[in-house]
This record gives sequence, C-alpha cells and structure tokens, in this order.
Amino acid sequence: MTERKELLVVGNGMVGHHFLNEAAARGLTSEYRIRAFGEEPRPAYDRVNLSKLFDGKTESDIALGSREHYEKLGVELELDETVVSMDVKAQTVTTQRGRTFAYDALVLATGSRPFVPDVPGKELPGCFVYRTIDDLDQIRAHAASCKTGIVIGGGLLGLEAAGALVSLGLKAHVVEFMPRLMPLQVDDVGGAVLKTRIESMGVELHLGKKTVEVMKSGERVCGLRFADGEELEADIVVFSAGIRARDELARHSGLAVGDRGGIAVDMQCRASAPNVFAIGECAALAGKTYGLVAPGYRMAEVAVRTLAGESADCGSFDLSTKLKLLGVDVGSFGDAFGAAPGSKTISLYDGVARTYKKLVLSEDQKHLLGGILVGDASSYSELLTYVQNQLDVGEHPEALIAPAGGGSGKPALGIDRLPDTAIICSCNNVDKGAIACAIREQKLTKLAMVKSCTKAGTTCGSCATLVGDILKSELKRAGVAVTNHICEHFPHSRQELYHLVRVRKIQSFDQLIAEHGKGEGCEICKPAVASILASTWNDYILKAEHEGLQDTNDRFLANIQKDGTYSVVPRVAAGEITPDQLIALGTIAKRHGLYTKITGGQRIDMFGARLEQLPAVWRELIDAGFESGHAYGKALRTVKSCVGSTWCRYGVQDSVGLALRIENRYKGLRSPHKLKGAVSGCARECAEAQGKDFGVIATEKGYNLYLCGNGGMKPQHALLFASDIDEETVIRYLDRFLMFYVRTADRLQRTAAWLNNLEGGLDYVKSVVIDDSLGICAELEAEMDHVVDTYQCEWKTTVESPERLTRFQPFVNSNEPDPNVVFVRERGQIRPALWEEKQGLVEAGQVHLPVLQPALSA
Amino acid sequence: MYVSDDISEKRDELEGMKDLELSEGRWVEVCRLSRITPGTGAAALIDGEQIAVVRARNSENVFALSNFDPFSKAFVIARGIVGDREGTPKIASPIFKQSFDLRTGECLDDPSVRLPVYPTRITDGRIEVLVPSRGHGS
Repeated sequence: MTERKELLVVGNGMVGHHFLNEAAARGLTSEYRIRAFGEEPRPAYDRVNLSKLFDGKTESDIALGSREHYEKLGVELELDETVVSMDVKAQTVTTQRGRTFAYDALVLATGSRPFVPDVPGKELPGCFVYRTIDDLDQIRAHAASCKTGIVIGGGLLGLEAAGALVSLGLKAHVVEFMPRLMPLQVDDVGGAVLKTRIESMGVELHLGKKTVEVMKSGERVCGLRFADGEELEADIVVFSAGIRARDELARHSGLAVGDRGGIAVDMQCRASAPNVFAIGECAALAGKTYGLVAPGYRMAEVAVRTLAGESADCGSFDLSTKLKLLGVDVGSFGDAFGAAPGSKTISLYDGVARTYKKLVLSEDQKHLLGGILVGDASSYSELLTYVQNQLDVGEHPEALIAPAGGGSGKPALGIDRLPDTAIICSCNNVDKGAIACAIREQKLTKLAMVKSCTKAGTTCGSCATLVGDILKSELKRAGVAVTNHICEHFPHSRQELYHLVRVRKIQSFDQLIAEHGKGEGCEICKPAVASILASTWNDYILKAEHEGLQDTNDRFLANIQKDGTYSVVPRVAAGEITPDQLIALGTIAKRHGLYTKITGGQRIDMFGARLEQLPAVWRELIDAGFESGHAYGKALRTVKSCVGSTWCRYGVQDSVGLALRIENRYKGLRSPHKLKGAVSGCARECAEAQGKDFGVIATEKGYNLYLCGNGGMKPQHALLFASDIDEETVIRYLDRFLMFYVRTADRLQRTAAWLNNLEGGLDYVKSVVIDDSLGICAELEAEMDHVVDTYQCEWKTTVESPERLTRFQPFVNSNEPDPNVVFVRERGQIRPALWEEKQGLVEAGQVHLPVLQPALSA
Repeated sequence: MYVSDDISEKRDELEGMKDLELSEGRWVEVCRLSRITPGTGAAALIDGEQIAVVRARNSENVFALSNFDPFSKAFVIARGIVGDREGTPKIASPIFKQSFDLRTGECLDDPSVRLPVYPTRITDGRIEVLVPSRGHGS
C-alpha cells in the first residue's frame, strides 16, 4: 500500500463532524490519513439542541461523535488539542501543546464564538456566554445561587438561553438592542405576536435597549445599566448577542478574510492558500458568513467532493429555520421579508389564538417565495416544500394558511405530487427520491428505520412528518396496507379482536386465528390475544391451549431478568404487611439465596431465582399466606396507600382499608397494559395517587377520584374525574372505567395514552361511566363481577399441578442447573456476574457457547 | 425476503450442511413429543450444549437451535414466543424480542447473526436431535 497523504481537520463541532462522516463515506480515508483536532474535551455534539440539556436530556443524548464512531470511520481524533498556528508555506500546523503536524490538505472548521459587546463589567463573575456544554455547566452551577437572570440578545440563541434560565427556575429578562425579537427571522407583526406569547410565559422583555454597563456588587454581577439611564437588577447575565467567525488562525497566517470577518473561500470552499479549505461558521462565502447548520453541512460535503476530485459547488443556501423557543413555534423560510421585486404578501394575524402567518408570493402569484410563521408552525414543512420545488400554489394561496375548518379549497399537497428531487430534509440535504429509494430497497417499515438509514429528520426534526408521509406512500405502493391491524396475522385492531372474542364467545387463540386470522401468530398478537381471553373468560392462563401465547413472564409467572433468572413479587395488598410476613419473606429469600429490594409499589421484590427454583419458592410463600402479586402480568399491580386516618393526625379517611378493598377486588385483572392505583388519606397525597392509572384522595366528605395518570418514561398527572363521592360509588366507577379501558385500548397502551387518543377525552369517559351514555354500564359491571368471582391465585393452581411443575425443569432431559447463571456478591447481596466475569467459566469449559455462524445471506 | 435464486441456493447449502453433519453426527433422544406443548419450546442439554427444542403449533414439526441469545448473552431462546413472519417459522427471544428463523437460525432482525441449528426427527413418539459427534470441530 502506498503511503497515504495527510488530511488535517481543525475543529470538531457539528460541521467538522459532518465532514469526517462524509469523508469516510466517500472513501477519502483510503487516500488520506485523516486527523481531526477538537478544542473541547469531548467529541462533537448537537449544538442546535443544546438547550435540551435543561429539559432532562443528557450529554449522551446530544452526542454526535464518539471515539468508537471515529475509529469505525478510520479517522483519528485529538481532543483538548487546540491548533494555535499554521504555516501555509511549509504546510504545517502547531497545537497549544507544541506538537507540529504536516498536511497535504487542511480543513478549517473552527466555527464561531459568541459576540460579547464591549461594555464595562463584561468579565465579572456571573457573566456567561451560551455556546458549549461547558458554558451550560457553568451557568447551571452559578444559577443555583441566583433568582434573576438577564439574557442580552433577543435573537434565536438569546431566546434559547432565556428558556434555559426559565428551566433553571430563574426569573428571566431578555434585553434586545433592536425594537423587536428575532430581527433576522421575523417582521414587526411576527415579532409582536412572539412578544406577547413570550411575555405570557413570565419572561420580561426589554426591547430597543442599549446596554452600557454591567453593574457589580462586591465582585459579582448585580444588574445592567442602559443608555437611557435605567437599570435592571439580576445576579446572572448571559451574552447571546450574535456570533463572530473564528478566523484568527487564518488571519495570522496571511489567509484572506471577508470584509465582515470569516475566512474567504470560493464556491468549492477553498481558502486563499493552496490545499486549505474552510467550512461552516468560520467561512465567508462571497463575503458572507452563515450561522446555521444546514449551510455548514453543505460546505462540508462540497469540500469532501472537491478533495475527492469531483466537481461540486455550494450554490445558494437555504436559510429557512423552524424552532420552538420557550414553547413558541417560529418558522421563517425562503424570502421571508419579500425582498424579491414585485412580490406580494398575504398575511393572517389571529389576535385570539395569538398566531401570525405570512406568505410571500411571486409577482405572478403562482409561486410561494417565502414566509413567516409564529405561534403555529405546523404547516412549515409543507410551505417550505412549495418554495423549494416551485410548486404552483393554485387559485387560492390564502387557503395554505387558513385556519383549519375555515373555508375550503386548500390545495392538498399530497406527498405524491412532489418530484423525486424535492429536498425533504434541508439539514442533511436528503431528497424525496433518496428516501423513497431507501424504503424500497432496504424494506424499511418504520419511521425510526428510515431516519437512521437516510439521516433525514435527524437534525432539527421538522421534516419528520413529511418523511412519515413518504414512508406511508411507499408502503401503500408496495401493497403494505397502513392500518391499525395488530400485526400481519390479524386484519383487526385489538379493540376489534376483543369484540370478536366476546361476541363470538371465542375461547382460544387457535379458534380465533383459524376463524379471523392467518398464519401461526407472533410475539405481538399472541400475548395480546392471551390478555383479551383472560380479561373476558378469566381462565387459568397456563392451560395447554394458552401456554404458548404467554410472554415468558406470564408463562413462568415471574419477571425475567437480563441473565435469564427471574424475580418474584408476592402481593402485599395496599403495602400492609405483618411482622410475621416480613420475617417469612426474609427467611424464604435467605434460604434460596435471593437478592431483595423494596419496589415503588410498596412490595418486596426477590431477584435471582432460577427457573427450577420458582415452584419451591412459591410453595413456601403460599404456606406463609402469600399469593401471586401479578408483577409479571399486564394486569393490576398494586394499590399503594398512605397510613390514613387510622394513625395519621391529618388523615380524614381510612385509606389503607379502601386500598385493600380495591386491590383485592381487581387483583389479577388482565388489561392492555399494567395498571397501578393508589389511595391517599388526605389532600397531602402521600400515596401519590395523581401519578396512577386510578387514584383516590380522601376528602372531608368522601373521596375524589382521579383517572389516567402515570409515572414512568412520560409522566402524566391523573385528571379529576369525580368529587366527594362515597366508597360504593368509587368502586362502581372503577368497575366501569377499568372494563371500558380493557375493551377499547390498544395493546400496551396505558390509560394515560388511551385517554390522550380518545376522541372527546375525559368528558367522553365521564359521559360513558357516569351518565351511561352508551348504555353499557350494566354490562361493564357484570363483566367485572365475573372477573372478580373467578379470581384464582395462579401460583396456587400451578404448585398443585404436577404436570405444570415439569415446565419449570431447567432442561427437558436434565435437572442440572444452567451453568451460565453465575452470581457475585456486592453490598452484601448477590448480583448477576458481568459477561467479562464469566469468561473464566467459558475458558474452563463449564459454559459452552455456540459457534455463531455468519448468516448465509451476509 | 429473497429472490427465488437466493432461496434455492440457500436450500442447497443447507442440504449440504445436513449431509456433512449426518456423516459426522449422532442422533440423541431428548424427550417425548408430548412433553412439549404445541407452539412452545423447551431447553435441552446435550453434551454440555444448550439447545432449544421448539414444537410447532399445528403440526408435528420440531425444530432445534441453540438456546443462546447472542443479544442478551443469556440461554433463553426456548422461553420465547413461537410464530411466523410472512410464513417463515420463527421464535422471538424473550429478552429483547429479536426473532430467529427456526429452520436456519438466522436472526430476522439482524441478518449478520445466525444461531446454529440441528436436524430433528421423531421416532416412536420421541424427539431426537442430530448433534455433531464429540470432538467434531466446533
């Protein structure tokens, strides 16, 4: 192999990262040894979504590159290594550590720095900029001791920074020199709408204000003074008044720079010295710098293609933006200010909904040139598509921004009308043809797959709907119906299957699939049907005809863990447990060597039971008076309670008593997803009932009933359903509500998601459950009574059946335990051994690993 | 999905493999057919290898493949749900739900992964699995 040439990339931000990806994808790595330098201690991350770090996202959520990723690409990365000088004659660069590197080609992707106006006091402790993860960390640390913050700059980044201060719990002020917000993206009316919306969120705006001094108290910031003499107090100041290209490196080495800064480059991103390129925010193309990521990505691609010997040209950039600032949607696209000669404007200002939409049309009114959206940017992608593809807007272009339901004649922009060359994702420059082609050739069926294969919709996300439409259209064309069918085996939704089972009195999966489906079934439909059969007929779930339908948890009545062992959770209704029961649990766990932990549902979870241990553990639990806790099932789990009026000086009702009654009534009820409840004995709400599928809170006069809340990944508060009702009414409403949910929800849809998707929402549930508007309440109650009357402890039935117990043998032909299950001790208990910790067993021949063969098609 | 040429090629290759193993393997009795509920799997231990023996729902077809789930590194395949994807008989791992073709062992969600499969037969109501002879290169 011939010696590779040296390609150095200075800067590992978003654009530098994109360059490396593109360079590897185009095979530049075979011609060049590629080395990248990053000044930050971490690889590239998604700066566009920096503020997400204040919304619960973590650094890894916004990471773009990683050492492994670059290793895979075949490029080397030097972090914490700032290039401080370059010599364009000798073709070398030198870093702050004094290391010198020679190059055959050099790419500058140094980005930009926040612009800090030269006002006295700008260096005081408490003054920050908003650009890097480190900046955010510093702001976060300092803000902990602050009450009020000021952002200088009312542009896109300034409003992002203000959002960050609000997330940190600070009172936020925004100071803008211009008389309106986002002066580069929106016009006067748009700015005014944006202003009222942002002010209603508690952020105070100070427009047309020139800051002349950062005031201090002691050595800390205490506020700003303006040119008009007014002062504004604050304990933290964030400068976000625009950015400036980082071109010093180029300036000092004699490269040409633009009049307003930036490294001067040509349409191929070549700087004024041989073999030097500049891309992204540090580059000035025809004297102009660009602070958006899409043009930067484009420059990276052009530079890569130029290096690869192809012809490429930056052309003109799309500067459209869509973002959500402090919860307000703002979109600005194309010729937003109507700069084209003869252009016409249509605008719609809705003072009630506080939205503003403006379209800029060509002189002949046939084409859309650009526009502005504030408050509702849902039509952004569609409008942008009109602009980019010069589609005919028809007779009534105003219909494009007319409110839903207001008037007709809106030209439907079916995705099928778009040419293959239509750019769908302008961040990553992906056109419709590329997306459609990937869907067809790689047989993609899910939006996530399309995004990961094409990169469309992975940067700002605003085109995701369009990408979804292309997917639907392609699937339809391929004959894949886009339906609510549960899976390929049944042409029915879960709700329809439920109805079929009940009305046709279908007792088994075999019967249902023979009469209403096809094929063998799968891991989607089988457990769903098992759940429907259980909710309806309440058979023992391990009867031979049901056994193969159950997920492993239901099949072995325990919760599988990562190493193939199970955890066991006996029912502790309402969290009430006697000392003897506690001792029994401890004794049993100890005897079988299990790890124990208290659950969030006021129970005790015992981990590390091998399949063959489960029957013995349960025999002992049953002897001690326990029954199944159904932690393994999509079923009622727990009804949590506080101690209530029995002990608590604040309690107004016996919350434990009611929780016991509710848990014992619904225990074992199979449902589309798990169900959790709680009862609190007073308004202090110690049982956290408002975070449950159903929650009861005691009042002086009775109980308030809350429905459809949940914790977990997407927490949602339960909604007040009925006030001051008595205990019998609580039970009656719960009977009806739970059965109505069981009947109508999708598989794995919790009550909160069910409610969110239910037309009419909570009012509709009230009309069905309280007013019996569908006339089904008697049926729902009878169905629930049947489930309650036929309850059995599944574990009791199981341990009494010798036939069933054979299913818990480790192997059909051996009683030897699985040698791969290995525990180590940690904090006085067992935990599964890590894979690395088990390597010795493999080497010693105690664990046999299969020889995995590459697939034939690979 | 594969075009027909691929399928026949694949079948030839599989046939070839079977022959090879036939000449160097031995049939091991595992259990009675009735021991495994139709439409479920059970684990067997043969010469230290953990093998998932899977019985079809509506026929006497029995499949055998490794019980090792390469995604979770646990021996649990037999505890998955049996079914089909577009007619391909499969079993889904109970841990992260990847599906494996019961006939070839190929992971239907990640074609770069394939589990070893073993021929099976039923003799006098008993399931037998053909395993490579001891010492057979593994």
